[in-house]
Amino acid sequence: MNFLATLRVALRALRVNKLRSALTMLGIIIGVAAVIIMVAVGAGAQARVEEQIRALGSNLIIVFSASATFTGARSGAGSLQTISEDDAYAIGRELEEIQAAAPALRGSGQVVSGNANWSTIFYGITNDYFEAREWTIVEGRPFEPSEIYGAAKVAIIGQTVATNLFGDASPVDQVVRIRKVPLTVIGVLERKGQSLSGQDQDDIVLVPISTARKRVLGSTSLAKSRSVGSISVKVRQGIDVGVAEGKVRELLRQRHRLQPGQDDDFNVRNMAEVLQTQEESSRVMAMLLAAVASVSLVVGGIGIMNIMLVSVTERTREIGLRMAVGARSRDILTQFLVEAVVLSLIGGFAGIALGVGGSLMVGQLAGWRIELSMASVALAVGFAGAVGVFFGFYPARKAASLLPIEALRYE
Amino acid sequence: MSEPLIRTRSLAKHYSMGDTEVPALRGVSLDIDRGEFVAVMGPSGSGKSTFMNLLGCLDHPSSGEYWLSGQEVSRLSGDELAAVRNRKIGFVFQHFNLLPRTTARDNVALPLLYRGATAAERHDKAMRCLEQVGLGDRHHHQPTQLSGGQQQRVAIARALASDPMLILADEPTGALDSRTSVEIMALLQALNRQGLTVVLVTHEQDVAAYAGRIIHFRDGRVVEDRANAPRNAAGDLTAASPAGAS
Ligand SMILES: Nc1ncnc2c1ncn2[C@@H]1O[C@H](COP(=O)(O)OP(=O)(O)OP(=O)(O)O)[C@@H](O)[C@H]1O
Ligand SMILES: [Mg+2]
Repeated sequence: MNFLATLRVALRALRVNKLRSALTMLGIIIGVAAVIIMVAVGAGAQARVEEQIRALGSNLIIVFSASATFTGARSGAGSLQTISEDDAYAIGRELEEIQAAAPALRGSGQVVSGNANWSTIFYGITNDYFEAREWTIVEGRPFEPSEIYGAAKVAIIGQTVATNLFGDASPVDQVVRIRKVPLTVIGVLERKGQSLSGQDQDDIVLVPISTARKRVLGSTSLAKSRSVGSISVKVRQGIDVGVAEGKVRELLRQRHRLQPGQDDDFNVRNMAEVLQTQEESSRVMAMLLAAVASVSLVVGGIGIMNIMLVSVTERTREIGLRMAVGARSRDILTQFLVEAVVLSLIGGFAGIALGVGGSLMVGQLAGWRIELSMASVALAVGFAGAVGVFFGFYPARKAASLLPIEALRYE
Repeated sequence: MSEPLIRTRSLAKHYSMGDTEVPALRGVSLDIDRGEFVAVMGPSGSGKSTFMNLLGCLDHPSSGEYWLSGQEVSRLSGDELAAVRNRKIGFVFQHFNLLPRTTARDNVALPLLYRGATAAERHDKAMRCLEQVGLGDRHHHQPTQLSGGQQQRVAIARALASDPMLILADEPTGALDSRTSVEIMALLQALNRQGLTVVLVTHEQDVAAYAGRIIHFRDGRVVEDRANAPRNAAGDLTAASPAGAS
C-alpha cells in the first residue's frame, strides 16, 4: 500500500469523526502552543539578561564601602565610609589592568523644576563614570574638569527624569533643584532601560562629585572628608576580570593598612559574575518552563493514544475486512500509525499558529520581552510528531496483531 | 489441469475454550476442481463456517493439510496468507461487510489498495467490476444509500476486484429476501460460467439447488457429497417476472 493512499485513508478516517478528531488534536494544539510560548518567554528573559550583561560590560567591578553596603556588625548611624576618592584615583593610576576607576557618592531626593517634581537618585561623579559605566550623553555635554572639582551647579539627567520634568521639551540649560540647590542641566544620558533587579536605570541625576559633597548632600562631616560610597572600576579589554579584582583588592588593603588576616573594610563585586549567575538562573528558568510545557504535550499524546485505542476497538470489523481482502499486519500498523501522526501533526501546525499568536499577545499584554525562534517552533512540531508515533504505536500494534478471523467476527 | 483448485487432507480445527477443546472440524478431505460451483450445507454448528475460514486462509488449521492451486497454504506466515487472500480469493459475507461512509467504488477498490495499484488503476478496475454486477451507475453511493441486494452486489464486485480464482461466500443470501437471493445466485452462476470457482454456504435447499455439487456437513465431518443438476437462476428470474426487470 503506497504512502499517499495510506495518507488518504487516514484523513478520511479522521474526517468521519470530526469533533472527536478536533478534540483529540486540542491536546496537542495546546501542548505545542504552550511549548512555543514558554520557550519564547524564557528565551526573551534570557536575551534581556544577556543584553544587560553586554550593556553593562562584562568587565565592570564595583567596590563598595563596607558600611555602605552591609548593615552587619560594622554598621551604625552615620558610620564612616571606608573608601575614598583617592582610592579611586590610585586604582586608576597605579593599576595598568584598569581602564577607568570612577568614584561615586550616592544620595536621593526630590528634583524640582517649576511645578514639576520627581523623586530620584543622584550620584556625585567624575567623568570617569561615563567611561566605567559605558554610558554616553545623547544631548548636551559632559562635565568640565573645572566643574567637577569646583562644585559647579550643573547636572546631567537620565531619560526618565527628563521626561517627568520636561516632557518632550529639551532639558538642556533648564534649571532643576535638588535639596534647594539650583543646578543647570547640561546634558541628558542615553536610555539604559531596566536593570536586572527591575530598577529604572534612567531615573538618575548625575552631578560633579564635589557638588554632591559640598552642596547637595551637604553634611559637614562629609564635606570635609574624601570618602565615597562606591568606585566603579572598568577592567581593560583582554584582562582577566578575576585577576584585576585581586589587584584592586590588594591595592586597597595596602592603602587601608590592613594586616594579613584582617577582614577587608570594603566590598568588591564583580558585576559580570553577578550577571552570569542571573543568566544561569534565567536559563534554568527557561528550561523549566519548556519542560512544564512539554508535559502538556505528553498529556496531549496520551489523549491521542486513548482515542486511537477507542478507534481500534470500534473499527475491529473494518480491520478484519481489510485483512480479509489482503492487508498485511504492517499495512494495518501503518494505517493507524499514520492516523495518529496526522492527528498530532495537524494539531502541531495549529499549535504553531496559536503559539506564535499567543507569544505575541503575552508580549503585548504583559510587556515581557519574547523571543520566537524557528528552532523552538521546529522542535515543538517535531516533538508533536514524535508524540504521535510514540503514543500511536501501541494502538496501531494492537490493531495489527488482530487475527483476521477474530477481527471479522468481532461484535 | 489435473490438479484440483482446492485439496484438503484431514483438515481439522479445534478451539480451546479454557481447558476444554471444542472440535469444530474433525478431519475433512475434499477436492474441489476449478470451475466448480459448490454449496456447503449442514445444521448449525456443523463446522461450515470454520471450513470456509480455513479455505479462505483467514484461520490456521489445527492439523491437516490444505493446498490451494497446488500451493501448501496451511503453513504459510501471516503476510503470505494475506497475499494469497489478496490475489486468489474473493470473499462475500452474509452481512456484506462494506466500509461505512465509503462509496461503492472505494469499497470495491479496497483489495487493490493492498497490492500497490495506482489510484487510476483502482478507479478503473472498480468501475468495471461494478458494471459487471450491474451497479455501474451507483458507484458514488454509500452503503446506507443502497438496498441489501445492491450492497451484496457491491460486495461481490469487491470480491471480483482482485481477479480471484475462488469466491467464498458464507451465507451470502442469509440477509436477503428470496427474490433478491435469486438475483445474487444468478450473478454467482454467471461468474461461475466465466470460470470462477464458487464455494458457498447456505441453509436453504432452494439456494443450494443452483450449485453443481452439494456437500453436507455434520459434527465437523462431511457426511454427504453429491453432484447436482443446477437450476438456472437467470431462468427463474425471468419466469418470476415476465416483464424482465433488470
Ligand atoms: N471462535 C470460536 N471459539 C470456540 N468455538 C467456536 C468458535 N467458532 C466456532 N466454534 C464452534 O465450532 C463449531 C462449528 O462452528 P461454525 O461456526 O463452523 O458452525 P456453522 O456450521 O457455520 O454454523 P451456522 O450454520 O450456525 O453458521 C460450533 O460448535 C461452534 O460453537
Ligand atoms: Mg456459519
